[in-house]
Amino acid sequence: MDHDFAITLDVGTSLANHTGAWRTFRPEYVHRLPPCNAACPAGEDIQGWLSFAEAGDYEAAWRALTKNNPLPAVMGRVCYHPCETACNRAQIDAAVGVNAVERFLGDMAIAKGWAFEPPAQKSGKKVLVVGAGPAGLSAAYHLAVLGHDVNIREAGPAPGGMMRFGIPKYRLPRDVLDAEVARIAALGVRIDYNSKVSDLQATIKEGGFDAAFLAVGAHIAKRAYIPAGEATKILDAVQVLASMEGAEQPLLGRRVVVYGGGNTALDVARTAKRLGAEEAIIVYRRTREKMPAHDFELEEALEEGVMMKWLSTIKHVDAGAITVEKMKLDETGFPQPTGEFETLEADSVVLALGQDVDLSLLDGVPGLEFADGLVKVGPDMMTGATGIFAGGDMAPSERTVTVAVGHGKKAARHIDAFLRGAAYAPPPKHELAGFEHLNAWYYGEAPQTLRPTLEIARRSSTFEEVVQGLDESNALYEARRCLSCGNCFECDNCYGVCPDNAVIKLGAGQGFRFNYDFCKGCGVCEAECPCGAIAMAPEEI
Amino acid sequence: MDDSTLAQQQQKLKYYQKGTFTVGNRLVSDAERSVQASAERSNALTSGHRACQGCGEALGARYAIDAAMRATGNDLIAVNATGCLEVFTTPYPETSWQLPWLHSLFGNAAAVATGVAAAQRVKGKATRVIAQGGDGGTTDIGFQCLSGMFERNDDVLYICYDNEGYMNTGVQRSSATPPAARTATTPALGPEPGNVFGTGKFVPKIAVAHGIPYVATATVADLRDLEAKVIKAMGIRGARYIQINVPCPLGWGAPSYDTIKLARLAVECGLYPIFEAEHGRITQSRKIRRRIPVRDYLILQKRYAHLFRNGVDDPRVARLQAICDAHIEDYGLLGDDEA
Ligand SMILES: Cc1cc2nc3c(=O)[nH]c(=O)nc-3n(C[C@H](O)[C@H](O)[C@H](O)COP(=O)(O)OP(=O)(O)OC[C@H]3O[C@@H](n4cnc5c(N)ncnc54)[C@H](O)[C@@H]3O)c2cc1C
Ligand SMILES: Cc1ncc(C[n+]2csc(CCOP(=O)(O)OP(=O)(O)O)c2C)c(N)n1
Ligand code: SF4
Ligand code: SF4
Ligand code: SF4
Ligand SMILES: [Mg+2]
Repeated sequence: MDHDFAITLDVGTSLANHTGAWRTFRPEYVHRLPPCNAACPAGEDIQGWLSFAEAGDYEAAWRALTKNNPLPAVMGRVCYHPCETACNRAQIDAAVGVNAVERFLGDMAIAKGWAFEPPAQKSGKKVLVVGAGPAGLSAAYHLAVLGHDVNIREAGPAPGGMMRFGIPKYRLPRDVLDAEVARIAALGVRIDYNSKVSDLQATIKEGGFDAAFLAVGAHIAKRAYIPAGEATKILDAVQVLASMEGAEQPLLGRRVVVYGGGNTALDVARTAKRLGAEEAIIVYRRTREKMPAHDFELEEALEEGVMMKWLSTIKHVDAGAITVEKMKLDETGFPQPTGEFETLEADSVVLALGQDVDLSLLDGVPGLEFADGLVKVGPDMMTGATGIFAGGDMAPSERTVTVAVGHGKKAARHIDAFLRGAAYAPPPKHELAGFEHLNAWYYGEAPQTLRPTLEIARRSSTFEEVVQGLDESNALYEARRCLSCGNCFECDNCYGVCPDNAVIKLGAGQGFRFNYDFCKGCGVCEAECPCGAIAMAPEEI
Repeated sequence: MDDSTLAQQQQKLKYYQKGTFTVGNRLVSDAERSVQASAERSNALTSGHRACQGCGEALGARYAIDAAMRATGNDLIAVNATGCLEVFTTPYPETSWQLPWLHSLFGNAAAVATGVAAAQRVKGKATRVIAQGGDGGTTDIGFQCLSGMFERNDDVLYICYDNEGYMNTGVQRSSATPPAARTATTPALGPEPGNVFGTGKFVPKIAVAHGIPYVATATVADLRDLEAKVIKAMGIRGARYIQINVPCPLGWGAPSYDTIKLARLAVECGLYPIFEAEHGRITQSRKIRRRIPVRDYLILQKRYAHLFRNGVDDPRVARLQAICDAHIEDYGLLGDDEA
């Protein structure tokens, strides 16, 4: 068509006018790393599996979760959930109850009998795993999924490590643990019980293993020198807890004193109460603020009638009584003796002062390095000895079930690469989806669902589970509290708020695309994206 | 499940991760989502228009007309007053409008729409009519035509896109420009810089005084509310009026990305009351969700920069706050939580 003077377009639509040319910044869809994911020691994609749970697709949620962690029902009970500490939602009202939803999914999987997908192909490689604690089980699971032949050698009569011989039943019922271990074994992982490895090199040689992962934990109770009279009863916490799994329950007496300030001390004191002790007193040399145990665990113990003796050390143990000295914190926060003494009645004293690693199986293995009684490992979890990897409590790190699971996964990936003669390079991490990337306006008010706890009367006499799970509607609600930090949750905001209609909606589950022919780069979409899934990048002009 | 737990659950599901504040929500059915969330929305004002980056008016117009098209099964004609909305969409021969659209003059949109509506009636057509314009074309030069249209109760929905000034001609003051705002004709000079206090008019209230069937204010910061009001208005016959607060990055001196944020803050501080009225009576007001001082709203805009010179707040900030406080009381803008 011929145009009049100064007219360039045909009559009709403005679509011929590509206003994208005005742009100096371009919006881009991005993924940012949710703080929960960043904080999870097992490297779970929490935001990812929650997004399935939000839609009510619990099986997909469980499958996404177990890509990284094969023990959700255990995790949902014993993990100290650093994800929740990091959760952005805490800055709006309260953190998302990630751990409660995780447990819900884990329990549902057990109830429904969901199984892991066996590997499509076998590698033909054999890997030895020493120890069936969380680190060993996790490594075995990931190695089996990657197609390797895994043999776990376990010294004890049953799997779980400290999850069975440490953590009491009222926090982790054994049928839950058994079900999750059975699911790993069903992948073809062979677990030999009562098979303590005492000479690693010999075992590797005999079994023809191509690599080994060590996860023997830390089981030797630390001792403190305490002058003691005759007929006194001094026990170790780990032994007391382990004997709870045997036929004979430990005899602790009416008045039990526990010495230490960690989670183990609390578990022993709470166990003593359940065994019928009238008094369970924890003697700890510092204050509540300095206690390594988690505050919620202390609260639960106090509710059950466990008593605390802060700022005290045990000086002497006699039959039926102990002498404690009062302490005072100095400027550096270190407890100092005061010379003031006190006597407490006690039928037994249980020491909960931490554990050391039994490293005897490593005798004669060349190349290993040790530090503070632990085995040193590299960033790939390999020890100084080629092909021998280690993790969990025996390697330097925080001692938790979740860290152990994370070590197992990481080691498995590096072992897999090692077996193929390659090096495993983890994918680059996205930028953190900090709170400053969110537009919190868009989130509705929704307080956290608290998990019901067993009434106190029942707790202190039975070993029934204290913390109960969520039901379906609660779990769904809780999952939906997730802000989806850093990852598009298809809220349609960008599609709606663009004044230039320059966002193309690709359909459910498909996300969106920018139409750069018309996007002027105003940045409204970026500003109004609730979860920080859009970034503005300068255009090259 | 008994009724009470069902109700409880629905109450909970209402929160749905993001409540109903976002445009869409993958967790609810299509019917519960906004018009703008739909891939089939009409995009009445399509791409390629020449509005500034982040234009609130372009956004508000698409929101409103898309909702009206959905409500009328696309059987709709729009009449536009002169102003940015006309100029940036339709520099002859191109146009961004995806519906029959008419432009006549700056001041006569209401009268032209009256005529178009009468023509439909005469021709026995069901086609509905919307008139639209800026605040200048509505509250100043077009006011007589508008008042006449109200008074005759003509079957027209008039939508005013209120960007608080004559933006198309270079940001002059209109009778909807707020006190203290700097415009080209109310410069930030002299002892009382910016627009004066005590003048201007709030047309929604004047529309209510006409006793017409429906009057509402809305904002681009609350799409659900805006759409609901347009759809409701299209279900009513007679004269109707909706005024939408549409921030103007250029005229307000704000970054283009802050358009919706500013609209939101204007509501949250109480300066822009969002309400509905039927037949001369106010029936509902939209509650403030997270109340903020007016200062938080003003300080983001260069048109108010003179109120914050040298790190001291001008006493007129307090006068603007008093206006907000009065609105909050008059329109009942605080909910149970905020009261
Ligand atoms: C009382 C108590 C309560 C705890 N509560 C929690 C909690 O609530 N949450 C939490 O996250 N963490 C908790 N922890 C810490 C957590 O249990 C450990 O960090 C975790 O179990 C370590 O896992 P691991 O696989 O390294 O070792 P372990 O769990 O100790 O497992 C090691 C396994 O190796 C076996 N083994 C040892 N030597 C040999 C050998 N030579 N040959 C073959 N097998 C061998 C052992 O029998 C054992 O089964 C608790 C610890 C204790 C003691
Ligand atoms: C009778 C007449 N006077 C003046 C003008 C010039 N004019 C065109 S648009 C405009 C201002 C429009 O302001 P408003 O109605 O608020 O719309 P905005 O551009 O701000 O969206 C003016 C003064 C005109 N077109 N006709
Ligand atoms: S809101 Fe969701 S994605 Fe964000 S940190 Fe919390 S759990 Fe993770
Ligand atoms: S809102 Fe639209 S025009 Fe603005 S930056 Fe986003 S896509 Fe581009
Ligand atoms: S605005 Fe909504 S739809 Fe768009 S990227 Fe962000 S989360 Fe996804
Ligand atoms: Mg205007």
